[in-house]
Amino acid sequence: MSDRFFPDGMPQPLADAISLPFWEAASEHRLVVQRCTACEHTRLPPSPLCPECRSEDADWQEISGRGEVYTHTAVHRPIAGGQELPFVIAVIALEGSGGLRMISNLVGVDPGEVTIGMSVEVVWEDMSADLALPRFRPVPQ
Amino acid sequence: MVWMPGGGGGCAAVANAAMAVETGQAEVVVVYRSLCQGQFFRFGAAGRDAAAPPDPAPPTVQQANSLMMASMGFTMPYGLLMAAAAYALPTRRHMHLYGTTSEQLGMLAVTFREHASRNPRAVMGQRPMTLDDHQNSPMIADPHRLFDCCLESDGACAIVVTSAERARDLAKRPVEILASEQGAPKGYGFGPFTNANVPDELYTTGGCGEMADRLWAKAGLGPKDVDVAQIYDHFTGCVLMQLEDYGFCERGEGGPFIESGALAWQGGSMPTNTHGGSLSEAYIHGLNHVVEGVRSLRGESTSPVDGAEVCLVTSGACVPSSAVLLGGR
Repeated sequence: MSDRFFPDGMPQPLADAISLPFWEAASEHRLVVQRCTACEHTRLPPSPLCPECRSEDADWQEISGRGEVYTHTAVHRPIAGGQELPFVIAVIALEGSGGLRMISNLVGVDPGEVTIGMSVEVVWEDMSADLALPRFRPVPQ
Repeated sequence: MVWMPGGGGGCAAVANAAMAVETGQAEVVVVYRSLCQGQFFRFGAAGRDAAAPPDPAPPTVQQANSLMMASMGFTMPYGLLMAAAAYALPTRRHMHLYGTTSEQLGMLAVTFREHASRNPRAVMGQRPMTLDDHQNSPMIADPHRLFDCCLESDGACAIVVTSAERARDLAKRPVEILASEQGAPKGYGFGPFTNANVPDELYTTGGCGEMADRLWAKAGLGPKDVDVAQIYDHFTGCVLMQLEDYGFCERGEGGPFIESGALAWQGGSMPTNTHGGSLSEAYIHGLNHVVEGVRSLRGESTSPVDGAEVCLVTSGACVPSSAVLLGGR
């Protein structure tokens, strides 16, 4: 099991048949984005139709897990008991994803030191044997 | 049509009522909002009790019963449930891009509180606030301090919509709905609350720019024609972004515009939220802003604007939104 950053009581992911492959890949510590096989447009969160060309055909593209902070907030109110405060929610611009961003957390950094444009990389947190969540941490200089 | 569980649809409800009257489906429509959160569900806590013990079963992926819930699977596990945190994200980026400051946001909150001080209905009417009070209020979700966040209220309000002909001989002077608009731009979804992939050029906006252009075109008016405005104020930063969306100042200039005192009842070029807004009167999903819009054109506001003929009212921004332009003679 990996390092733990958040308590078990945090909200758990909800998935339907379309988004489940994201979470299955996550359990193997692989970060993937949905990609339209007709026009190659990438999208996240996953959806049944390509918003660009309306194709229903899609596959999953693995990305590096590197990126940069697009925006961020340090939250001073707990979501779950035993949570370390403040905790950082950030939007990460994902390298090699066709311009996608995702919401996640920044860990291993003083919340006051977070800056927009900071280089980050994925760090997987195993919440249980079959659930891993992608968090991000600054790329070591 | 916009009718979300939150605040984006208040003006849309007024617009839909007007359409029903115009098309002969109704003679009189009552538009109301009633909020009773205290004993059931607090928006600010996102319906969660952080002190409750966790489920003893190991965390796993749960079954989503809708596409919307499956999409929220990409926000909730990271603790993004509070509106105060969600709207902090575009506000933080606005600060980064344009140099907007917490003090500028605080001046907005102080201005609305000052307006509330004359309003006997305002929950915070007897609680004066200085910029220091704002700056010393607890941090909730950086850059949102407590006094950047709207109230959470139990309350209700209503607007009666009918034809001009029917309204002519009513006891109270009617106010005219000059134009209305509702919608969201392409790719906006539910805005930055659930969607990190709002197009870059829209991310630090309220998402109301296209709607505002249509509103002005419909009415044959522009931002300079507005005498008084009631702008949906769930958070200070969202007001700032709407001021830019509706063209009261250039993109990125919302901070200096607030700093100029433009929104103040006394001496401001466009007195805004003359009732105190959701920050200081009450949080009734902004339908109280429509009520104040009517009052401000009938000379019934407790912060009256002399000779006001045109009032802009907006609903919740940073989600699919709506607006009405009201006219008084």
